[in-house]
Amino acid sequence: MFKKDLRRLVFIIALVSVAVVALLVDTFDVGIGSVSFERGDEDGPLGLELGLDLQGGVQLIYEAEDENVTKSQMEGVKDKIERRTNAFGVTEPSIQLLGSNRILIQLPGVEDVEEAKRLIGQTAQLEFKERICADQGDPQCTNFQDQDIGLTGALLTRAYASTHHATGQPIVNLEFNGEGARIFGETTNRIAGTNNRTAIFLDGEEIVAPVANQAILGGQAFIQGPDFTFDRVRTISIQLEGGRLDTPIVVIQEQNVDATLGEDALDKSLVAGLIGFGLVAMFMVLYYRIPGITAVFSLAIYIVLVLLVVKLVPVTLTLAGIAGFILSIGVAVDANILISERTKEELRTGRALLGAIETGYSRAWPAILNSNVATMITCVILFWFGSRFGASAVTGFSITLFIGVATSMFTAVVVSHTLLRLVASTPLSRFTGMFTPVPGQVITAGAGRRSQAQRERN
Amino acid sequence: MDFVGKRKWFFIFSAILILVGVVSMSISPRFKVGIEFEGGSALSLTFAQAVDEDRLRSAMSDLGHGQAVVQRVGDTGVLIRTTTLEGPGNDGGVSERDAIEERLTEEFGTIEISELSAVSEAVAKETIRNAGIAVGVAALFIMIYISFAFRLMANSMRLGVAAIVAALHDVIITLGAFSILGKVVDLEVNAMFITGILTVVGYSVHDTIVVFDRIRENTARRVSRDMSTTINISIMETIGRSLTTSLTTLTVIVALLLMGGGTIESLLYTLLIGVIVGTYSSIAIASQLLLVWEERGMNPFRRREEAEA
Repeated sequence: MFKKDLRRLVFIIALVSVAVVALLVDTFDVGIGSVSFERGDEDGPLGLELGLDLQGGVQLIYEAEDENVTKSQMEGVKDKIERRTNAFGVTEPSIQLLGSNRILIQLPGVEDVEEAKRLIGQTAQLEFKERICADQGDPQCTNFQDQDIGLTGALLTRAYASTHHATGQPIVNLEFNGEGARIFGETTNRIAGTNNRTAIFLDGEEIVAPVANQAILGGQAFIQGPDFTFDRVRTISIQLEGGRLDTPIVVIQEQNVDATLGEDALDKSLVAGLIGFGLVAMFMVLYYRIPGITAVFSLAIYIVLVLLVVKLVPVTLTLAGIAGFILSIGVAVDANILISERTKEELRTGRALLGAIETGYSRAWPAILNSNVATMITCVILFWFGSRFGASAVTGFSITLFIGVATSMFTAVVVSHTLLRLVASTPLSRFTGMFTPVPGQVITAGAGRRSQAQRERN
Repeated sequence: MDFVGKRKWFFIFSAILILVGVVSMSISPRFKVGIEFEGGSALSLTFAQAVDEDRLRSAMSDLGHGQAVVQRVGDTGVLIRTTTLEGPGNDGGVSERDAIEERLTEEFGTIEISELSAVSEAVAKETIRNAGIAVGVAALFIMIYISFAFRLMANSMRLGVAAIVAALHDVIITLGAFSILGKVVDLEVNAMFITGILTVVGYSVHDTIVVFDRIRENTARRVSRDMSTTINISIMETIGRSLTTSLTTLTVIVALLLMGGGTIESLLYTLLIGVIVGTYSSIAIASQLLLVWEERGMNPFRRREEAEA
């Protein structure tokens, strides 16, 4: 028994050491074979990723005006916004599709929300140009001049990805309307067989510049390329579609948080966490004595492990997420309290210390498991509720609370159990009194039970 | 102590709390609602020095925001709630936000806009609906889970129902408290409040399950042939743990509140009230409902009405 506990202790110490190292190193990159595992954010404390409310920045949610917008149209919008925020110089913008017709945009560090909205709201400009190469012998056409030919996205009726019917290679298909077909036909007729090409631009940025092998007169064309992958043709066709048909979107929610406000909130909640932990630890030690001390140790390990999970997943920390975490400290103590109370009862019935601890654990387990599962169920539903409208505060809270509750079961059952048994195997075990709480209401509870039983007999 | 014998008083006490809350909720304004539920814009401003609220209000109404709600935050901070602010038009005009900033700077000196948020009304409506669904779905799943976890007991369904009724009791009392606090100290109901409410449901059920588990154990050990004695013993045996856990949880909540709370203030107040009520209901309501159900073979709701009468 003792040896098994020692082995467990070694395991726990190893786990905590690895966790502490992983937390203290801001960023790390572990590569196993071709799989690379990168974690950590240079800006946050302990390399944790901070949400907008702690870092400062702009959050916008847009909705497509057309309810029946298709998935690829939304992807086009997303692509457009990604390109523009990158051009705007935003570090680590986060752009996600929410449900079928919404898009969530988080721009950390951006202060001017109006500027951001102007940038995102602009109509996309898709243009086809004729590229004249200065050196007809240069296959790369590095020296060139682009000329307007009056062919814009408005004249394109459709763009989609498929594979070539003969070669099976991924291609991008284009279909023009009458006017578009006429201009495209004239242009391709001019450049066919030469080194000149058509260059396609979206918002002034070149997407692709194919040569024409022959004049294409029917208004239907496809683009192929030796380096075309399925991903590449998909991206190109989404960009062409997005530029052809601008999907109108409107802002339905916006939030702008000042960076200093976020910093202040972070500092305050860290202090609150320390105070909360300190008070809980003090209470546990004073009231439960030795089991209290082991509980505080396992609580400290609990905090390290939760932070580790948060960093590894990774979970973006928001103010509400930190609150969920700090709250879970309060709940994590519960398992220890349940166990201590049960152990105390077993001691009262005259059991030996180790036996009482064992029975205490096994008796407390169903209550710990069931009550924590109930909390986890609410976390899952909270997550759903929050992700419906991009409320990162709500989802952040539910994720950290969930991780906290799950981890607390591990630390209560493995960590504090092992520690307590080890302590009970030392000479300290002679002081059985140090393993029971300070006398108080608990005694009256026991007395109440006896008197109940007596009353029943009478 | 005889908790079971006093259940009538517990029910009356709960009925009074619920009644007070319901009365407050039926008087307009029912709640002070955040923009997440109402739609509109919220601007958080900091001035260089304290400003006169009335002057601020008149400045806002000059700008066409006569209905704006102005609220002080600390010495130099102000929170302004208005209808959704319009952005700059396509012709490159000035956005309403910039207009406000310009006008207020002119009149009061340097200001800093530290937070701006806006929610459209359609989304606000959807959020209310989703919040309702979230609470309902959570209750249903927990009920099913409890019925399953205690499946070895006779009538385990009743345990699930009793735990959820107790949790809803906590939700209603917390709602009532927020309705009153909204009128008295401007405490807002927003998305963080819903988060708090769901956490309260989880916490309340958590507490109730610990008592139920003891009832399960004591029933199996045949501590007493009499159900009311078994339940009373189970409550007595778990009350120490209940109070201790609430105390530690409340400690961390109060620590967070004392540090300012900030944007999660309403979450913290919800939890503060909810944890207290949740602890009370796990002792005074949940397991007592089992007894009422068993003894009278009636549904627990009717019992509550009787107590109110």
